[in-house]
Amino acid sequence: MKILVCISHVPDTTSKINFVNGDSEFDTNGVQYVINPNDEFGLTRAIWFQEKQGATVTVINVGGPETEPTLRKALAIGANEAIRINANPTDGFFVAKQLAEVIKTGGYDLIIAGKESLDYNGGMVPGMIAGILGYNFLNSCTDITVDGTNVTAVREIDGGKETVTTTLPLIIGGQKGLVEEKDLRIPNMRGIMTARTKALAVVEPTDVAATTKAVKFEKPAAKSAVKLVSADNLDELINLLHNEAKVI
Amino acid sequence: MSILIYAESAEGKFKKVAFELASYAKKVAETLGTTVTALTINAGDVSELAKYGVDKVLKVSNDKLNGFTAKAYADAIKQAAQKEASKVILLSSTTDSIYLSSLVAVGLDAGYASNVVGLPVSTAPFQVKRNAFSNKAFNITEITTDVKVLGLAKNSYGIFETPSTLTEEDFAPSISDADFGVKVASVEKVSGKVSIADADIVVSAGRGLKGPENWGMVEELATVLGAATACSKPVSDLGWRPHSEHVGQTGKPVATNLYIAIGISGAIQHIAGISSSKVKVVINSDPEAPFFKVADYGIVGDAFEIVPQLIEKLKAFKAHQS
Repeated sequence: MKILVCISHVPDTTSKINFVNGDSEFDTNGVQYVINPNDEFGLTRAIWFQEKQGATVTVINVGGPETEPTLRKALAIGANEAIRINANPTDGFFVAKQLAEVIKTGGYDLIIAGKESLDYNGGMVPGMIAGILGYNFLNSCTDITVDGTNVTAVREIDGGKETVTTTLPLIIGGQKGLVEEKDLRIPNMRGIMTARTKALAVVEPTDVAATTKAVKFEKPAAKSAVKLVSADNLDELINLLHNEAKVI
Repeated sequence: MSILIYAESAEGKFKKVAFELASYAKKVAETLGTTVTALTINAGDVSELAKYGVDKVLKVSNDKLNGFTAKAYADAIKQAAQKEASKVILLSSTTDSIYLSSLVAVGLDAGYASNVVGLPVSTAPFQVKRNAFSNKAFNITEITTDVKVLGLAKNSYGIFETPSTLTEEDFAPSISDADFGVKVASVEKVSGKVSIADADIVVSAGRGLKGPENWGMVEELATVLGAATACSKPVSDLGWRPHSEHVGQTGKPVATNLYIAIGISGAIQHIAGISSSKVKVVINSDPEAPFFKVADYGIVGDAFEIVPQLIEKLKAFKAHQS
């Protein structure tokens, strides 16, 4: 089984979010980048398939040379090879189109992307790839097993979960549950050393017309200070929630 | 040219997000000088949509679509948009609608903006404001294609009544067998509990509760308020509560009217996940806990003393209300 794991290079979840150039660009100054958490759950599940079922795992990212450390980290965790599409990921459709081109010629059986990236929160790339290629698609996927070309998988739904059956080739939008937090791997020294010699192919992008553009960014308005209520005066809290906030 | 919304229903009843979407569509339609058409799938009685400004309903009744099938539903929405020559297609942000939206966008060669909050900033050029960086910022996005798909963030606009005269039309989109490549084998719903996605109020607790055996009072507070229960990431990582209750940046987002955080210090990732909630209450023994910086109301004190008292007082309040 050939698995492709799509990886976004995103600011660490503790990052302070600021903008520069008239609020038109994200301020990368001092920001640590990581593998997008939803993608990392998928990557770790892919490595499980590699170890238990002999799958090969390719990781792919659309981004400039500055994103290569993130791909190297994925290689250190255990991916077999990496591809970087050398372009600025301008919007979800652009990224999906680039990835679809590689998938079309690469013969991948299972494509794992995170259901959403933590920077732009578009949540659209896996679905768009599926739409472009006509592959089977499962979003919000929390578990997957593969037997030959038959797949059983679980999708989170509002207020529960749904078990589905489908077949490869398949694309999933993955999230926590594919593996648990404790299963995530920190690259060891051997992994880091090996990663240096693994193949990282750089591919030039294909032309795609833009469908959206980010015009500018805004930060939420500053919040007014918390109203403290004494622990001995819970009636006051109920009063505030009922008469002032009108939420109960 | 009318604006198309997909009005989601479950077991023959519209979800609340369908009314929020209709209210939003009506307002956008007024700006653009057009009307609102809703697509419904096996929804039963659709007359309720008239309250929120829907002018026309395309009713799909098809037994094949009884279970949710993303590709087939997306196909139905696409064909409805083509039939109505819609330039703007609106979907909600339920798990199902997010699943559909990108398929619909690709099918219509449309630009797609998700997590949209508030009315369009401008309609020519077409610019919307959306949540980005996990609620730590907003992003103004311009959609440059002729046809546009928007995903409206939950609880970001509100429900407004604008009565209209509704015409109903049966609609039979052609659904191909290829749409059923993913088959639902079984559905498991947590019964008797309010889900985080549907809740108006969420009661959430963290490590300050010291152990899973102490969640009885959290459950009880939730029951009194008709709320869903949730938890912080450490609590789900420790296995005290199921992962489905984990809210935050890598868990479920919460955009509810009232969020009550008990014994949760307020890590930046947790705050990011719940910041779209309208009113936040924190109960924590540590007055320095970061949650106090983002909360509307706060109580400094011992949750084990406060929560049981709050439950009793809320019971009395509710009894008085009814």
